[in-house]
Amino acid sequence: MMQTSSSSMPLPKRLIGFFAVTIAMTAAVAVLGIILGMVGSFISNGGDGVTWSFLSEFPRNNNTEGGIWPALAGTTFLVLLMTILGVPVGTATAIYLTEFAKQDSWFARSVRFAVNTLAGVPSIVFGLFGVGFFIQFMGNGIDSWFGTTSFGDGSLLWSSATLAVLTLPVVIVAVEEALRAVPRDLREASLALGATRWQTIVKVVIPNAVTGILTGSILAVGRGAGEVAAILFVGVTYSSESIPSAVTEKFMHLGYHLFVLSTQSPDVDLTLPLQYATTLVLLGLTFLLNLTAILIRSRLRKR
Amino acid sequence: MEWSIRLVASASIIVIFLILLFVMREAATLFVSASTTATESTSSSAPSGDLVPESYDPGAADAPSSSEPEVYNPDAEEPATAEPAGEPGAPGQFIYASKNPKYPEIYNPDTGLLPADIDDVESEAETPDTLARQNVLTKLAGDSWQPVGEVPKFGLAPLLIGTAKTTIIAILIGAPLGILAALYVAFFAKRRVREFVKPAIELLAGFPSVVIGFFCLVTVASFIQDLTGVQYRLNAVVGGIGLSLAVIPIVFSIAEDALSAVPKTLREASLALGSTEWQTAYRVMLPAAAPGVFAAVLLGIGRAFGETMIAIMATGNAPLSSLSPLEPARTVAATIGSEMGEVVWGSEHYGVLFFMGVILFVFSFSLNAVTELYVKKRLIKKFQGQ
Amino acid sequence: MAKDLPLKIEAHDFSFYYGAKQALHSITLGIPERRVTAFIGPSGCGKSTFLRSINRMNDLIDGTKTDGHMVVDGVDVYSKDIDVVTLRRRIGMVFQKSIPFPKSIYENITYGLTLNERPSKSDLDSIVESCLRRSALWDEVKDRLHHSALGLSGGQQQRLCIARAVAINPDILLMDEPCSALDPISTGKVEELITELKDTYTIVLVTHNMQQAARVSDFTGFFLMGSLIEFDRTRSIFTSPSKKETEDYITGRFG
Ligand SMILES: Nc1ncnc2c1ncn2[C@@H]1O[C@H](COP(=O)(O)OP(=O)(O)O)[C@@H](O)[C@H]1O
Ligand SMILES: [Mg+2]
Repeated sequence: MMQTSSSSMPLPKRLIGFFAVTIAMTAAVAVLGIILGMVGSFISNGGDGVTWSFLSEFPRNNNTEGGIWPALAGTTFLVLLMTILGVPVGTATAIYLTEFAKQDSWFARSVRFAVNTLAGVPSIVFGLFGVGFFIQFMGNGIDSWFGTTSFGDGSLLWSSATLAVLTLPVVIVAVEEALRAVPRDLREASLALGATRWQTIVKVVIPNAVTGILTGSILAVGRGAGEVAAILFVGVTYSSESIPSAVTEKFMHLGYHLFVLSTQSPDVDLTLPLQYATTLVLLGLTFLLNLTAILIRSRLRKR
Repeated sequence: MEWSIRLVASASIIVIFLILLFVMREAATLFVSASTTATESTSSSAPSGDLVPESYDPGAADAPSSSEPEVYNPDAEEPATAEPAGEPGAPGQFIYASKNPKYPEIYNPDTGLLPADIDDVESEAETPDTLARQNVLTKLAGDSWQPVGEVPKFGLAPLLIGTAKTTIIAILIGAPLGILAALYVAFFAKRRVREFVKPAIELLAGFPSVVIGFFCLVTVASFIQDLTGVQYRLNAVVGGIGLSLAVIPIVFSIAEDALSAVPKTLREASLALGSTEWQTAYRVMLPAAAPGVFAAVLLGIGRAFGETMIAIMATGNAPLSSLSPLEPARTVAATIGSEMGEVVWGSEHYGVLFFMGVILFVFSFSLNAVTELYVKKRLIKKFQGQ
Repeated sequence: MAKDLPLKIEAHDFSFYYGAKQALHSITLGIPERRVTAFIGPSGCGKSTFLRSINRMNDLIDGTKTDGHMVVDGVDVYSKDIDVVTLRRRIGMVFQKSIPFPKSIYENITYGLTLNERPSKSDLDSIVESCLRRSALWDEVKDRLHHSALGLSGGQQQRLCIARAVAINPDILLMDEPCSALDPISTGKVEELITELKDTYTIVLVTHNMQQAARVSDFTGFFLMGSLIEFDRTRSIFTSPSKKETEDYITGRFG
């Protein structure tokens, strides 16, 4: 007779099993708890501070009063310029990798390796790169060639360029994923109708990859909006009288503003409500962007 | 047409080289111009107008006044190099030349010399320079970090200790949490739960690090202080916890990918042998995904030591050589982040900061190379045999 | 039918549903102990579903439902107080595609043994040897027991999977088209192995290969579109089928 009653597994083993599952669940719950705790703390402490005037006013009295308008505007300009500079390059790379490259060719593997490496480089190193390459080399080079004086210093332009480089892997990965989701048949059908490779890419592949390009841009913008280390010395400023009117001007940035308020100001406690409100705005912004991207992506994956 | 897109696609490769080249180039000023620093430290003939416009100073502090004119010394030992003339940024003049008389050679297409070559050439020709470079190395090997002062000290030891301390704490917390959460999501959670938990944890990856830093600064620090009664509110543990929040989503999503990529048939085969879900998860699936999980931890380490804002805001940022986790620490990345803004561009301190950037880059590059070349090969081998 | 033989597995009005789709329609049959029973039928007719219902592997698929009874050793395996894990320990299973764990050959065999106990090294060694000998693999692998099982050929991998299932000493062996991915020589070896194992185990074999069923099985069931059309001694099924559908299938008129 077969023994199939439930007690056949020794008790200690069952305890270990219970423990093994519970500990994994606890870890997941703990991580979720930290996230919720963090968000909850920001909302409860900063919720009241986020008002229309907070969003629309300039900071006053040495950043101890007023709003975050120039930081909001600066961040927006920054990520827009960054998108313009970075997304085309990222998209082209992804198109090359999916449509042209032989998957195990030496060149494609090198590009992939470079993209992964780039994704792992600490953002502070991008900041140094911004100084060494964009400001010192490009900026000073431009100044000395064209007789200008405004390029050899940190600015919106160089910060955007730095972030464009930093977010390049984000764009490439997102677009590549979208391109791979375009069914092979579609391409073959187009080629079979006598379209050239380029026509196929422009007429068939890219329209189908628009969501990917969108996701990539959104993710990059989300990353760029929150990235502080990379722009610390490439053009961000802690206080500004006006909204930047040229790409060579310095600019305020939400994340840097939060950093300055919480660590550099003489009376940190005084501005705590402002810090919470700034945090909430910054987090809300990146949160929305990332959530949008995740949703678009999961719809893409289901298809 | 195809080659043009191929050219654009090579941007990533080019960028890698540019990063290495230009971060190293700035760091190279350290080694190349050190001789002038060491031998003619009293000279102050550099026009101050050369320095001020270039130093970027967000704090509007008076740091630039300590602009250490001795650092760059335009009255060259080599007469060939033109004395810098005119305003910085004046037409036709490359600013770099005014800082470092030797640099023009680097760009000189006629000689074709690279910085490294210059080093070599000089070390044969000039003994003082060799000495000076040894000086720089001895300085870096010193045991205290006091970059501003009468005698600046550039000992990297406290920073390396601080980096190691916070990174280890971050990994000790972040890796188990990330891996276990990934196990839960991949094998134990019901589908409904999984579809909620996975994106929620992935959202954490999108939290700006300055926000995490702020959270540690105001909340975690107080919590830890209440818990332990520790003297310093900000310390390596608080910093490590902060860094672990950056590490967790990385470890989680890479480990989860690796675990889900293990063929489902293995799970069936194991269950058919009468093992439970947890035995299957821990004894079959986890080992099968081990290279991927290992990669997750490696990349988590890379994230932890390279993270700047959390490290500046939550560790206390004091360059102590203490090994105690409850004392403040300062990481290499945090040092660059907090001092680069106030440093005189082109100075020795500036060079040291860039040198540390090179260290970070090389380290993250190696970690990535290991995961790419070694771990992926292992994974493929594991599932395809031989 | 073989009323004289003791029955190991009995299905009574057993139905199975994948969500709303019914895959098995009121199956009733008895599988005799220590014999080889083969299930044949066109692809998609429910053979695998029935096999996987015996050790409840279908539990792993969301939204499945059963009706009726599946009785093993007089106990309904779908009744509430059944521990699935214990059930599966008593019923070995071999899949269509060989699924060795990415571990060594030795560890593959000992995996099931070390789940709940810690047998001594010498016990393990001797079990590994005897299992590998039974599955006629010993001579081929004895020098590389600690190498990855993934280095074995397809046929060797499948015999390793049989050895692995045998190692936990089950009463029943379920085999779902175990030879469909193998070359004729490896198939021959596995069939030999099945014949050898039937003295000890009750073997249920799904196959799409009628010659195989005829060669190795004692009893044969013919499935068609989720129903059991005919179940009898293999000899009777292949020489004098009582149903027209069976005859059509065997003579190759469809399927
Ligand atoms: N996981 C599943 N979900 C839904 N339907 C399934 C699933 N597995 C099998 N089926 C369906 O159940 C029927 C029987 O399948 P199966 O038992 O695999 O047939 P066989 O093994 O005889 O080829 C088929 O119609 C098949 O499409
Ligand atoms: Mg089947």
